[in-house]
Amino acid sequence: MSDTTISQGWFTSLANPTRFLALSGRVLPYLATAAVLSLVVGLYMSFAAPEDYQQGMTVRIMFIHVPAAWLAMMCYSVMAIASIGTLVWRHPLADVAAKTALPIGAAFTFLSLLTGSLWGRPMWGTWWVWDARLTSVFVLFLMYLGLMALHKAMDDPARAARPAAVLTLVGFINIPIIKFSVEWWNTLHQPASVIRLDGPTIHPTMLYPLLVMAVAYTLIFFTLHLMAMRNEILRRRVQTMRRQAAQAIGGA
Amino acid sequence: MIALLKRDLAIATRSGGAAMLGVLFFLAVVAVIPFGIGPDLNLLARIGPAILWIGALLASLLGLDRLFQADREDGSLDMLVMQDWVSLVLTVFVKSLAHWLATGLPLVLAAPLLGLLMNMSATATGAVMLTLLVGTPAISFIGAVGAAVAVVLPRGGLLVSILILPLAIPILIFGVSAAYAAVTDPDPFWPPFMILSAITLFFAALGPVAAAAALKGASD
Repeated sequence: MSDTTISQGWFTSLANPTRFLALSGRVLPYLATAAVLSLVVGLYMSFAAPEDYQQGMTVRIMFIHVPAAWLAMMCYSVMAIASIGTLVWRHPLADVAAKTALPIGAAFTFLSLLTGSLWGRPMWGTWWVWDARLTSVFVLFLMYLGLMALHKAMDDPARAARPAAVLTLVGFINIPIIKFSVEWWNTLHQPASVIRLDGPTIHPTMLYPLLVMAVAYTLIFFTLHLMAMRNEILRRRVQTMRRQAAQAIGGA
Repeated sequence: MIALLKRDLAIATRSGGAAMLGVLFFLAVVAVIPFGIGPDLNLLARIGPAILWIGALLASLLGLDRLFQADREDGSLDMLVMQDWVSLVLTVFVKSLAHWLATGLPLVLAAPLLGLLMNMSATATGAVMLTLLVGTPAISFIGAVGAAVAVVLPRGGLLVSILILPLAIPILIFGVSAAYAAVTDPDPFWPPFMILSAITLFFAALGPVAAAAALKGASD
């Protein structure tokens, strides 16, 4: 397979993406099935979980909210790693990965802000407070949108890759700030209760649905990300083909 | 490097430069606030430091897209990028510094006048001047990254502001809290001021390196 692609001139630059397309095409159905199954199980467990003695039904928002917030940070971390790939190894897929993760990460960030706001209304008595955790996640959302605007503004994806990678890495400062904001500053948002050195402080009846939901969200993220990457590769191929067709017409 | 600093300063201060425009924009932003919220002098005195900081932040962002754009238009940017890595980083550092001297420093000097208009006490004005003096260089240094990223775009001005504002939020938070801490009694002034200084030093180290990487990436 790889021999034939390498011998095909301009196709060499896409040799690696071609193998990626074949591989991701095989993996994707299993990944999607696993994502849907774990989401169904996770949702069922979330609704079967006992109500909180203080929060009542609203505790179930947590099962949507917390994994979304985790994924918002994980997605940015994936983008940061991909950006290192772009800058250091100039890997052609790294740029595709960083670009296509953007809208997905923005969606998860928005979901966590939205559900947090819905939960905050009955619990804190307000839709929004300007505390450290909320503000830093809001900044993360703004950075996602800013990077998306940057990609939109550049016509040529190859030229946009490296500046966007630099900016992504600079913005990565925000991720540890989000993670530790509840410990560094006194905030309204509750401190971490699952990922702690001395073990989780959350009760197992709520911990297990939460973990299943986190697994489901992660699988959904990778499914969507792979699909978006395939689309982006195909989109770039179409662009290249169009350009070549236009050149052929211009040359003749 | 000294020659580059002098050259950039000369360009910025001659006619058509960004230096005067920044100060005028700062004056205009602060001047419209009383029309928006009413001429209550007590209220203005209370929110004065925050208004001055927001005005200075917006005014510093205003000229950022010109940081590399002019050099790109006359071709000297290609010469700058062709240097070796360390010289390129130093060049970006010097250009950011020149940008701050041309746009940031006038804002600091204009702050007392605006403090007078906002009915602020002498202590509050002094605190705002001090925090602006320490904080605005950070905007120039981190802004260099946005300017470098958007240098290939024909109309990158607005995009630079959108990309840089999220990163500039910490500067604003600690600048304003230090300025307020100087006026309100129980709050200590030094912790937020020290964090503000740390942000400036951090951005002074990070900004030129990242901007140089973006310039190199955009050119090849």
